[in-house]
Amino acid sequence: MGFANPAVNARRILGSIPTYLILTIGLLLAVIPFLLIFITALKSPAELGNAFALPQQFHWENFQRAWTQARFGTYFKSSLIVTLSVVGISCLLSLLTGYAFGQLRFPLKNSIFLLFLIGLMVPTEAYIIPLYYSLRAVHLTDTYWALILPQIGMSVCFGSFWMRGFFSGIPRDLVDASRVDGCNDWQTFWHVMIPMVLPGLWTMAVLFFIWTWNDFLLALVMITREGLRTLPLGLAMFQGRYTTDYTLTAAGATIVALPTLLFYVLFQRQFIRGVTAGAIKG
Amino acid sequence: MDRSSFNRSAYLYLLPALAIYGIFVLFPILQTIYYSLTDWNGLTAPTFLGLQNYLNLFQDAVFINALLNNLAFIFFYSVLAIVLGMFFAVLLTSAPLRGMTFYRAGLFFPQVMASVVIGMVWRWIYHPQYGALNQVLRAVGLGAWARPWLGDFDWALTAVGIVGTWAQYGFCMVLFLAGIQNISSALYDAARIDGAGMFQQFWYITLPGLRNQLLVALISTLIAAIRIFDLVFVTTRGGPGYATLVAGMYLYRNAFVINRVGYAAAIAVLLTILILIISYFILRLQRTQEEESFA
Repeated sequence: MGFANPAVNARRILGSIPTYLILTIGLLLAVIPFLLIFITALKSPAELGNAFALPQQFHWENFQRAWTQARFGTYFKSSLIVTLSVVGISCLLSLLTGYAFGQLRFPLKNSIFLLFLIGLMVPTEAYIIPLYYSLRAVHLTDTYWALILPQIGMSVCFGSFWMRGFFSGIPRDLVDASRVDGCNDWQTFWHVMIPMVLPGLWTMAVLFFIWTWNDFLLALVMITREGLRTLPLGLAMFQGRYTTDYTLTAAGATIVALPTLLFYVLFQRQFIRGVTAGAIKG
Repeated sequence: MDRSSFNRSAYLYLLPALAIYGIFVLFPILQTIYYSLTDWNGLTAPTFLGLQNYLNLFQDAVFINALLNNLAFIFFYSVLAIVLGMFFAVLLTSAPLRGMTFYRAGLFFPQVMASVVIGMVWRWIYHPQYGALNQVLRAVGLGAWARPWLGDFDWALTAVGIVGTWAQYGFCMVLFLAGIQNISSALYDAARIDGAGMFQQFWYITLPGLRNQLLVALISTLIAAIRIFDLVFVTTRGGPGYATLVAGMYLYRNAFVINRVGYAAAIAVLLTILILIISYFILRLQRTQEEESFA
C-alpha cells in the first residue's frame, strides 16, 4: 500500500521525523544517566570537573579497586548465592503449587489460594518488623537464610497465582491422552505439562531474578556483617563511608548495574512481559 | 464434586510453599498487627496499649508530614509518569515506525534497574559541584539556578520525585503500548472516515480502549509511591530536615533506629491497609468494567 507513489512515501518519512526526534530525546534521557556514571567510573579524580567529558585514558583499575578494596567481589558473591537460591527454589515450588491449583481438585482449594493472594498484595513492610526480631532470637539474622526464606515466601505467592493460570490452560484432552498412553502422574507432569508451561516459567524466573537481585529493604534490616552484604546493600552502605571517593562509588554502581543490563539485553521480552504481568504485586 | 475424585496429594505439593510463606510472611503479618497494639522497645516485654499508637500517629506532625510527602510522590510516580507514558505510547503507535522495539526497550530499561543504583546515578547528576545538572545550567548561563538539589529544603522533594517519574514512565508506556496494539485498527479507520482528528481519535478510541491498562498502571504506581523507601534512603535519607521524609522511612527509623517497635508496627499496618484498599477499589473498578463489556 502506498509504495507505488514516491511523493506519498516521502511525505510519510518527513512526517515521522518529529516523532523520531522526540523518541530519541526520551531514549537519551533514559540512557544518559547510566552512561554518566559509567564514564565517571573510568576517570581519575582529577577529571571529575566535566561530567560529560571522556577520560584521557580509561582507569579500569577503579573496577579492580571496587571489586577487592571496596569488597564488591564479596557482595557479588552474596547476591549470587541469594538470587540463585531464591529463583531456583521459588520456581520449583511454584510449579508444584501451580500444578495443584490448576489441575487438581481438593477440599479448601479456594481458601488456600486466597491465602496466597494475600501475600501477593502485602508489602515487605507488613511483616519485616516482627520477622527481624524473631529471626534474631533464633540467630538467623546475619545469615543468607534471612534473605532467602522470606523472599521465597513472597515469590511463591506470585508464582502460585501465575503458574495456576498456565496449568489450568492445559487442554484436558492432552492430559487424558497421555494417561491412555500409559504415562503415570509424574511422567504426565514432566513430559506433557512442563513443556506447555515453559514460557510462563521463564517469565516468572526473570521476575524472581529482578525482585531478589534488586532487593534492598530485607538486606538492610537483616544483614549487619559486611561480609554478607548483597550488592545493593553494599553500594548504599559504601557510599556512606567513602562519600568523596566518587570514581570508586561510580565503579561500584556500575558493578551492581551490569548483570541486570546484561540480562536485560538477553531476555528483554521476558523482562517487559514479566514486569507488566507482575505489576499487581505489592 | 464427588469425594473419590479428590486428589489428596495436592496438599503435599502445596506444603513446602505454604510452610515457608506461612512462617516467614503470613505469621509475621499477624504479629505486626499485635505489636501495633503495644508499646515495645524490642527488648523487654511489650505492654498492651490498645489503639493508642494509632491515635498518637494521627497527632504526630512528623508522620502527617511524611504522609503528605507520599502524596507529593503520588503526583510524580502516578500522575506525571502516566501522562508521559501515554504520550510516548501514542507517539510510538501513531505511525508504523522502524526500530519501535528498540525505543521500547530503551525507555523501559530504568524500570528493571535496582532503585539503589538509580538513586546513586541521580545523586551523581544532582551533585552540587560535579553533577551534570549544575554543569549544564552553568554552561547555558543559568548558573544562578545551580544548587545542591538534594540538600535544598525547597527542591529536594521535587528532585527525588523527578527521579521517580523518570524510572516509572517507561513502565506505563509499555503497558499502554500493549493495550493500543490490541485496539482494532478498524475503529480508527472508521473514525478517520467520519472526520475525527488525532485528538478525537485519542479521546474517543484510545483512552477508553486503555481503561484496563490505565487501572493497572494506576495501582502499581500508587503502591510504589506509598511504599517508596529505597530511593529516599539512598538519595536523601529523608532530609534535609524532614523535607523528603516518607512513611516508609519513618517506619524504618522507628523500628530499627530508635526502637519504637510498636509505633513502627502501627505505621506498617496503616500502610498495608492503604495499599489493600487501593488495590481492592481499582480491581473492583476493573471487574465492573469487564462485566459491562460482556453485557
